[in-house]
Amino acid sequence: MSEREFYIDPSRCIGCKSCMQACEECDTHRGHSMINFDFIDRPETIATAAYVCFHCEDPTCAQVCPADAIKKGLDGIVQSALEPRCIGCSNCVVACPFGIPKMKVAEEQMMKCDMCYDRTSVGKKPMCATVCPSQALTFAAPADIARDRRETPTNVFYFGEQKVVTKVFMMVPEGVEAVSVDVVDYMWEERAWL
Amino acid sequence: MAKLPQSIDALIDTYGPHLNFTPAGGWLNEAQHAPDTLVKTHCCFCGQQCGIQLKVRDNTVIGFEPWEDFPFNHGMLCPKGVKRYLQGGHRDRLLDPLMRTDQGFEKTSWDTALSFTARRLRELQDRHGKDAVAVYGGASLTTEKAYLMGKFARVALGTRHIDYNGRLCMVSAGTAYKPAFGADRSPIPWSDIPKAQVLLVVGANVAECAPITTSYIWKCRDQGGKLIVVDPRMTPITRNADLYLPVRPGTDLVLLMGMLNVILSEGLEDRAFIEAHTSGFDAVAADVAAYDLRSVAEHTGVPPEAIEKAARMFAGADRAIALHARGLEHHSKGVENCSALINLCLATGHLGHEGSGCAMITGQGNGQGGREHGQKCDQLPGQRSISDPEGRAHVAKVWGIAPEEIPQAGYSAVEIMEAIHRGEIKGLLSICFNPLVSLPDATFTREALEKLEFFGVIDFFLSETAQHADVVLAGSLQEEEEGVVCSAEGRVIHIQQAVTPPGNARVDSRIICDLAEHLGKKTFFPYTHPREIFDELREASRGGIADYYGITYERIDREQGVFWPCPSADHPGTPRLFEGGVSMHPDGKCRFLQTPWRESGDPVDADFPIYLTTGRVVSQYLSGTQTRRIGGLVEQCPEPFVEIHPRLAGSLNIVPGDWITVTTRRTEITLQASIVKTIRPDTVFIPYHWPGGRSANRLTHRTLDPRSKIPEFKVSACRLAKAARPLSTSSAWGWGPTRTKES
Repeated sequence: MSEREFYIDPSRCIGCKSCMQACEECDTHRGHSMINFDFIDRPETIATAAYVCFHCEDPTCAQVCPADAIKKGLDGIVQSALEPRCIGCSNCVVACPFGIPKMKVAEEQMMKCDMCYDRTSVGKKPMCATVCPSQALTFAAPADIARDRRETPTNVFYFGEQKVVTKVFMMVPEGVEAVSVDVVDYMWEERAWL
Repeated sequence: MAKLPQSIDALIDTYGPHLNFTPAGGWLNEAQHAPDTLVKTHCCFCGQQCGIQLKVRDNTVIGFEPWEDFPFNHGMLCPKGVKRYLQGGHRDRLLDPLMRTDQGFEKTSWDTALSFTARRLRELQDRHGKDAVAVYGGASLTTEKAYLMGKFARVALGTRHIDYNGRLCMVSAGTAYKPAFGADRSPIPWSDIPKAQVLLVVGANVAECAPITTSYIWKCRDQGGKLIVVDPRMTPITRNADLYLPVRPGTDLVLLMGMLNVILSEGLEDRAFIEAHTSGFDAVAADVAAYDLRSVAEHTGVPPEAIEKAARMFAGADRAIALHARGLEHHSKGVENCSALINLCLATGHLGHEGSGCAMITGQGNGQGGREHGQKCDQLPGQRSISDPEGRAHVAKVWGIAPEEIPQAGYSAVEIMEAIHRGEIKGLLSICFNPLVSLPDATFTREALEKLEFFGVIDFFLSETAQHADVVLAGSLQEEEEGVVCSAEGRVIHIQQAVTPPGNARVDSRIICDLAEHLGKKTFFPYTHPREIFDELREASRGGIADYYGITYERIDREQGVFWPCPSADHPGTPRLFEGGVSMHPDGKCRFLQTPWRESGDPVDADFPIYLTTGRVVSQYLSGTQTRRIGGLVEQCPEPFVEIHPRLAGSLNIVPGDWITVTTRRTEITLQASIVKTIRPDTVFIPYHWPGGRSANRLTHRTLDPRSKIPEFKVSACRLAKAARPLSTSSAWGWGPTRTKES
């Protein structure tokens, strides 16, 4: 099942945080959730987004690490900082264009999503993608994604002049027009009712 | 009698809620030791009943592993399912029977507790009549336990008053579906949802209350399906709605009638289906004429063009499904609301074929199974009416009593509390129910509890209601007793016993049987294992509507659930009801039912100009007895809040985080404001999972739908005012301080 890839589709996310609750159950980092989660702007919208490390081909976090503590494996997975090497400087936390790494102050170690290598190596899906009720986080074969989803995947991102290619895919919507998220705009009453 | 034996703070110090953040033995300890076993079972919370594997070591549940092979959820779980295992080894767990004393609760022996309970119940019945005691059950119980409670009330106690907390959940839908179709069950299996071309979701916060159903809705969209959401709030699924109708609270019926009017005016109805498979159409067609588009828009607050568009989308599809939940049902006209939605499906022929139909999204774990076999005040096992002579004769034979010994219908859940308040009912035995948090008008509920002359509770944690008990019988968690439940889609599934109860706690069925023995009725309750109860239940349901006769534990395991009706061992079960438009009525017809308009029992006016509606958040479940004890879930939403649109907030100079006193005709509570554009400006929302000064149900009212007897939780009238931050002490907060962190 190694041909399966990780897909993130924020448009499916319902903000339930099941991924965060399940991530901290994973055996390699019990008690620590490695999920990044945002309420985009709760006063304005119900939109939420949960995401994991994108596992860049040329990880910025590793480039900026002064202690050479961040390693990418042959499987393309970028690991948490090696505990004996990590000096807790937070360069990676600041530099990552996706804002993924988390400094665990108590442990003096940068920790991040390792794509559940303990699970994927034995044919299971990562924990978050297994439990996600909306499948905003999905671990699936590319052919299945192409067949089943209305959105399409991309793994190329531009941050200013920096081009980043990632192992993890982001689902991109078909041409979506601007969507209003104010209930008032859907109502019938006179706008000045108050 | 049933006043609190100690201060609320003292009770909470001993019995919680305390927060459990880590598994028994700690994170690292568990990681170092593989579990002894993985038990394939189901979640203990909502009506989705997701498959889950529990990790067990040393007779304690220490974690979970997704169960990817179970066909409903394929391993998916919401945060409640992920963290439910933290009830295992919880410090608040009741390990012994408790008796109230002047100094608080004291541990006692089972024999003392059971003898005392039986004696007090009998004394009250001898003095005041059989019906002076009532029984409360719950929809988190397995079907075996629910069946047992019904039999216990009617055979061991001989009272007609037994009802259950499903009265707060599914009864409006059931009361509408039964006359329309002849059965109270969702007509479709969930696998139909992705096959629809149009989904109409009315009053269902799917993402938070039935999270896994989201994946079915998104799959439908992936295949080109369109989503229409009807709700006063933009709930999370609205982010992908093709059409959003922000209905004013309490006006769903008008909207649905307006849609039907559009359909009939434009000739979009399915005449062939109506003529072949329905009766009663003409009367309903005559009624909708009054619902002209302009009036409907003014009444509901939904633009006329959106109503037209929704009607055309729904009627124009070959396959369409209408999903609904409590937002449609928690009304003084909850039954009419559901009937109006059914009428819409019948008029458009959306029933009885793949990808078409209507479905109630059951809220409680065994909301479906828990109401089918006898703990509902007006039903006997198999969904038989308690007033039906044939049904009574069948069940009486199974029970070994004369039909006339079965009492007639008793009061519903809220009516029982009202009868307690006026002194008519003097004793109560309750299991799996926390009415002090979940019933409307909580101040009234507390007054009623304090009037009880005897109050016995079976529970695993000391709920806010159980704090008022004379005796607490330490019962079992879901994972501690085998049985079946029936999920929202009508699938009967198998709950495994993963562990045995800790300490001196006992499995619920044994407690009930022992109590029956102490009441001198042992011969009617000879069971030593849930399987024996299930086998009797199968017989009792045989020939009824919800016929379980062909279902066995082994078949469920082999077939990953069996959909009822399943009348014989060789019957495959019935995933989709009313196939080809044929109902379960003797004539096979589906019935259009008229839906007269009725005002809310708590209308807005100049003094109370704002609508209050209540509901759930994703990280809490019902009255919170379980989920308010799980650290990760409490952190996700530590306190209730009042959701306010910025337009309403601005008119009152309210800014985010302000403390707001919300006042209704009952009383007031003070909560923090959450200012969001995702709610109608004439409406505020408060989640209801908390007790005391944070209890939304202090604000709600006891108006019931006259037939289903469901309370009108979704519409109250209120006003808002800025307030000072309340003191975080129990006296200021009513009953129970705020607690977010536990050392």
